[in-house]
Amino acid sequence: MKINRKLFPYVLTLPALLVCVGILIPFFTAVYYSLQRYNLKMPHMKGFIWFDNYVNIFTDPSFWNTIRVSLTYTFFTIIIELLLGLGIALLLAKRTWLNNVLGVLLVLPLMIAPALASLIWRLLINPNFGVVNYILSFLGLEDFTWASHPDTVLFTLIMVDVWVFTPFIMILLLAGLRSLPRQPFEAAELDGVPEYYKFFRITLPMLFPFILTASLFRLLESIQQFDIIYALSQGGPGESSMVFQVSAYLQTFQYTNIGKAAAMMVVLWAICYFLCHVFVQQWHKLKIKTKGELLQ
Amino acid sequence: MSINIWSILKFFAYVAIIMFFLFPIAWIFNMSFMTNDEILRKVPVLFYEPTFKNYIGLWEGEIAIEGFATMYVYFKQNLINSAILSVGSVSVTLLLGVPAAYAFARYKFKGGEDIAFTLLSFRFAPALLIILPLNLYFSEIGLYDSYFALIWVYQLITLPLLLWIVRGYFEDISPDIEYAYRLDGHSWFQSFWKISIPLAKPGIAAASLLCFIYAWNNFVFALILGSSQIQPVTVGALAFITASAIPYGLIACGIVVSVLPTLILALFIQKYLVQGLSLGAIKG
Repeated sequence: MKINRKLFPYVLTLPALLVCVGILIPFFTAVYYSLQRYNLKMPHMKGFIWFDNYVNIFTDPSFWNTIRVSLTYTFFTIIIELLLGLGIALLLAKRTWLNNVLGVLLVLPLMIAPALASLIWRLLINPNFGVVNYILSFLGLEDFTWASHPDTVLFTLIMVDVWVFTPFIMILLLAGLRSLPRQPFEAAELDGVPEYYKFFRITLPMLFPFILTASLFRLLESIQQFDIIYALSQGGPGESSMVFQVSAYLQTFQYTNIGKAAAMMVVLWAICYFLCHVFVQQWHKLKIKTKGELLQ
Repeated sequence: MSINIWSILKFFAYVAIIMFFLFPIAWIFNMSFMTNDEILRKVPVLFYEPTFKNYIGLWEGEIAIEGFATMYVYFKQNLINSAILSVGSVSVTLLLGVPAAYAFARYKFKGGEDIAFTLLSFRFAPALLIILPLNLYFSEIGLYDSYFALIWVYQLITLPLLLWIVRGYFEDISPDIEYAYRLDGHSWFQSFWKISIPLAKPGIAAASLLCFIYAWNNFVFALILGSSQIQPVTVGALAFITASAIPYGLIACGIVVSVLPTLILALFIQKYLVQGLSLGAIKG
């Protein structure tokens, strides 16, 4: 059996490509739906309406609310996770037994399904018996409303997201910190350079590619977070925690408005596709960098 | 003096980190051994007689609740479903992904990077965008509510993950080893099977365990594409918590049983976790 050498790589990737095609079909179907008036409750109204769905969602104040909530959620989760993750990574950078054990244990929240993480926290902040409420009552914070009030629901969701995903940033930055070359630090030591100067002028710039890659990765996931929010607040109370995917989910299954939901998802997809491009570029740069340093 | 202040601050930082990240897990484990009465106390009890009633109830699917008739829970089926879906997805991913990863690593071919990128972009595409039309398709062709359909959709997350991680491992193997083996008269397949795969084995093993964890933890696919008959623990546990009258200890127990497999696996792939999570960019 002789296969053309040029064709051979395609033969190897063919099975994966078939799955690829199988996924591209529903994708294009969704794009097609987004150009249609399509409500399951009114099948006879189905028809092609070009960009009316898009015009509709962008003139709808509740979609702007969705954008605002999604961006707020994304912004705060990334910032907090980044600062916290960096802080913990710096704290654990030295290889002592405590740090090694913690490095292993702190990854555990990341391994828990985000939906289940939400359920864990639901049990911890339950107004009747939640142990966190009990602990907070010592700090003078009684009857914190958590997910049951529009003012605190986003805080609660961000807290759960931070709980699950800070370890992701932490573990990548920890690996980054430990892989940094030693010479610049030794030189700075000899010159008696102060700590903060070392941190801002040596550590941070050298760590930057790691930080960028990890944040872009989180950014992509955070902007389309569904599990945590659906399992904890389902977008409520009211629309105070309504993010992209939860909104599209409710559009589909409560209001059966497939066309509108598809249009929302296409908007989100466009954002993610762009971010994914940026992410892959950074990822390649980081890969070349870490491989290059291994050669030294 | 300044060293003292630093070490005190550091101490509090450690305590705060351990409290925030590890206490919730510890407390859920704790709750799963409590009776409903013990959980419902206003002041949490620290010392109590641990009971295995919740675990037994969860396994047998029958719990007697005071004031109610016997209640039936189907969580065991959720656990079995999770196992079938995760193992199935990882097996399919290995079959499809390893040859493709090899092709991407070894050959520069036209469109290769584009295909690799497209596959990765699926990992980051909004899940609902693809599931919504699939939901309608599957209902039409009778695939709704089948393991086969779900396992296929799970490839959306597991395939790109494995592909990008294993690709990095194949890139690290020098092609010269393979050439040398093939000069001895062995076929391409023999060198792939006897040389390349064994050399990349740690990477493949770690990647498939990570895929397993991601598949196990998936929530949205089964929420939309499956009925309660084939739903995994993530969806089952949510149904559990929203149903009324189920004792809280039992819910906690359900959560513990659902997260335990991934927590244990995580400890096993510790060494490869960084490389896996960064899709192969960072060596751990």
